[in-house]
Amino acid sequence: MACFLVPAAEAAVTTIASKVIEKKEQAEDKEKLAQGVSLSELNKPHFSSKLNKLNYMLWGGSGLLAFEHLWHGEIQPFFPFLTATANPADMTAMLHEMSTVGVSMAALVTGVWAVMTFIGGKIENREASPEEALQEEAAK
Amino acid sequence: MTLLLTVFAALVSTLVWYCSEEARALKVGVLCYMFWGASLMWFVDAVFEYMELRAAYFTPAAADMLNDSFLGLSVIALAMVVWMVLLLVKDPNHLMKKRP
Repeated sequence: MACFLVPAAEAAVTTIASKVIEKKEQAEDKEKLAQGVSLSELNKPHFSSKLNKLNYMLWGGSGLLAFEHLWHGEIQPFFPFLTATANPADMTAMLHEMSTVGVSMAALVTGVWAVMTFIGGKIENREASPEEALQEEAAK
Repeated sequence: MTLLLTVFAALVSTLVWYCSEEARALKVGVLCYMFWGASLMWFVDAVFEYMELRAAYFTPAAADMLNDSFLGLSVIALAMVVWMVLLLVKDPNHLMKKRP
């Protein structure tokens, strides 16, 4: 009915958070550059870029789900937008769906992103095997 | 059917992203995240629907399946339009910028 509103709301919060964090990181990078930190150190992926991946998943997912709701006539492009708000019984069902399905959707996407970020970090920090190191040497 | 089509779109776009450097430059990663995000959300929707319908969930009416397939294809088309717009706005190959 309107389950996509929960991940969409989370997306709005994480987008604002990523913008704020990005500004802080840029200021820190400038400071580090002034102190003479190497560029390779600065090129490491920032948390804001990781958070952006969550934003894309949340905005993309909730956007496509909104289209599905439009397809099924559960939302409309004019006021009051949500057709379930027309009567109290539907409104109760809508709120129930948001608190169960909607919250589960937001939690699953965030959980998958957290696992993905954790494993991605492990892979980034993994040392190259002797064979890979030799191949890189040869390529140089 | 919508979930299935979106999962296949997510798998194909992820494979393209992984295999092609050109695709990565063209921001196919954004398309992957959109499809995976939608797939996860529809998966949750499917789990809740399964809990309600049980085995009947796996035997939908032909008309419903056709409608869902049509919806799935429309969703893929919409996601690709969004990606195309984003690509033109970000313009990684600098083709839209004014040349001196």
